[in-house]
Amino acid sequence: MRAAKLYKSMNLSIFTLVMIFLYIPILILIIFSFNDAKIIVGWRGFTLKYYAQLFQNETIKQAFWNTMLIAGLSTLISTAIGILTALGLENKSFSGRRGLMALIYTPLVIPDILMGVSLALLFNFTRVNTGMITVLIAHITFCISYTIIVVQSRLEGFDYSLVEAAMDLGAKPSAIFWKIKFPLMMPGIIAAALLAFTLSIDDFIITFFTSGRGFDTLPIYVEGTIRRGTITTINSLSTLMIGATLLLVVLTKRIRGSLFNL
Amino acid sequence: MEDIRIEHLSKDFGGFTAVDDVSLEIRSGELFSFLGPSGCGKTTLLRMIAGFEIPKTGRILIGNQDITELPPYQRQVNTIFQNYSLFPHMTLFDNVAFGLRIKRTAKMEIIEKVRYMLSLVKMEDQSSKYPDQISGGQKQRIAIARALINDPKVLLLDEPLAALDLKLRQHMLIELMNIHDAVGITFIYVTHDQGEAMSISDRVAVMSRGQIIQQGPPDDIYERPTSIFSAYFIGETNLISGEVTGIEDEYVQVKCDNGAGEFFEIDSTFHFHPNIGQKLTLSLRPEKIAVSRFKPRHQDDINILRGVIEDILYLGSHTQYIVRVGKLKFRVFSQHKRVYFDEKALDWEESVWLFWHDTDTWLIAEEVDENGRNQDFSTEAPYHRALKRSSPGSE
Repeated sequence: MRAAKLYKSMNLSIFTLVMIFLYIPILILIIFSFNDAKIIVGWRGFTLKYYAQLFQNETIKQAFWNTMLIAGLSTLISTAIGILTALGLENKSFSGRRGLMALIYTPLVIPDILMGVSLALLFNFTRVNTGMITVLIAHITFCISYTIIVVQSRLEGFDYSLVEAAMDLGAKPSAIFWKIKFPLMMPGIIAAALLAFTLSIDDFIITFFTSGRGFDTLPIYVEGTIRRGTITTINSLSTLMIGATLLLVVLTKRIRGSLFNL
Repeated sequence: MEDIRIEHLSKDFGGFTAVDDVSLEIRSGELFSFLGPSGCGKTTLLRMIAGFEIPKTGRILIGNQDITELPPYQRQVNTIFQNYSLFPHMTLFDNVAFGLRIKRTAKMEIIEKVRYMLSLVKMEDQSSKYPDQISGGQKQRIAIARALINDPKVLLLDEPLAALDLKLRQHMLIELMNIHDAVGITFIYVTHDQGEAMSISDRVAVMSRGQIIQQGPPDDIYERPTSIFSAYFIGETNLISGEVTGIEDEYVQVKCDNGAGEFFEIDSTFHFHPNIGQKLTLSLRPEKIAVSRFKPRHQDDINILRGVIEDILYLGSHTQYIVRVGKLKFRVFSQHKRVYFDEKALDWEESVWLFWHDTDTWLIAEEVDENGRNQDFSTEAPYHRALKRSSPGSE
């Protein structure tokens, strides 16, 4: 009886602690983005001036658009490659399947730093000018593994009898793909795209090694700014990004629910 | 309307022969069943008609059209799948409309036809739901509507009721028959459940090991099995080995070894011409045997045996007795009708008389394989408990 009670209260306190460690820093960050002080020293009054500064800062804007461009393009390309590869890997009689699967899974466990260094070496070796293109290639490279695996896991549970049913009802292979298979893959595709997008947006290490001078994404910019000591605009920038992320999560849930009943 | 002709159809999967030289004719508008235990090839046969499997040899014709090599989407054949295979991302309306949309039918016509189909299967008020929001029986109805809307020449049903519970199964069975009568096309029904096949079909093909053992109307197969397999697989039966000792007019006398070194003789009528000394098998349905503790009045055309009750199983609508005669065991069904018996119920280990009419003994010109090795079943009476139980009253 007492043991059970103790156990229960322990559960609760552990849960509370985890939540505190997870969310208190974020909460502090949000609060201090409205604080009228250059450094975190205490509450000095409410202000929106750092938000205003944020929107006037051309470097930040440039970094933001760079990030979006890279994230958007790498998501699009890596998801497309992911879909095609997953569909190809469905063919169980393909002899190189296991080897290819191993190659796909490996990048998940390779440390980012290794990936970054090796890509930097590659670009250096091939004398490609670092910049937008190299960052994009790097991002696509590390997103592919994730998109393939997510789409593939969706296909794994695919009920092949649905294909037979569609065929039985007169659908040719192309119609079966677009009317049955693709819609049923959609939740996997959306999940893969979201994953690729978030991975790309907040990647620092690999971008750091492949961007060179003159092409900053937000994480690179943030790191540089914090190094120089000005944290104020970073707080407001982070707050906006948290808001955007939350919005995205809610939106995708809605879209998935209404579009596919899945 | 067009008949379906299947000519010398064979199919194997990596050395295993699933369908072995099957020839068959299914008449237009018929409700035809393939009945057999799992692995007998009935589903493979169906899938070849649907076009999901290409046969190794043989032809399938609908009317005069050879459809053997046509892909499924070019056949005027539709299938009800065992798990229904409704498209989970579409509403019930869109599921039913799928076939018409593929054919690019006009919108108004689609709406009209889908409405009609949904009303045929009594689902008109649920068309905007998704498959995961309806019950198994309702999914079944939608699958039927989705198939029939394409005006198929043949509807194939692959164990359509297997996933439903007993009451719903009986209900859907009747509904399927009503739908069959309403649309008037050929239905081919695959099942391992002999009760389903018997009650629904115009004709049944009993299958085993990729071959058709017997085909005909249900009562024909039940009353006049031509092989041990169909006698055993359809319904319940007692199989007894015997040797012909005499033939007189339409009666034949068969000597049976009771296993204990003794013989008894059974009279029967015959449907083929046995020879004296021929070894054959007798099939005796349990419900045709009467059991009583009183010896029946002697009659010429009745067989009488004396045995001991070894087991009693109460089965609700009837009681099954296992009666030992020598070393043979007879299964006997006795219905609970008090008008026949104003006597105490039969008890374990009680001596009883078994008797039945000569014409109820059915001769099969096959021998029971003694080793049981070439049989898919054992001829031993099942449901038989090894431990004896004393009567409930004596404890």
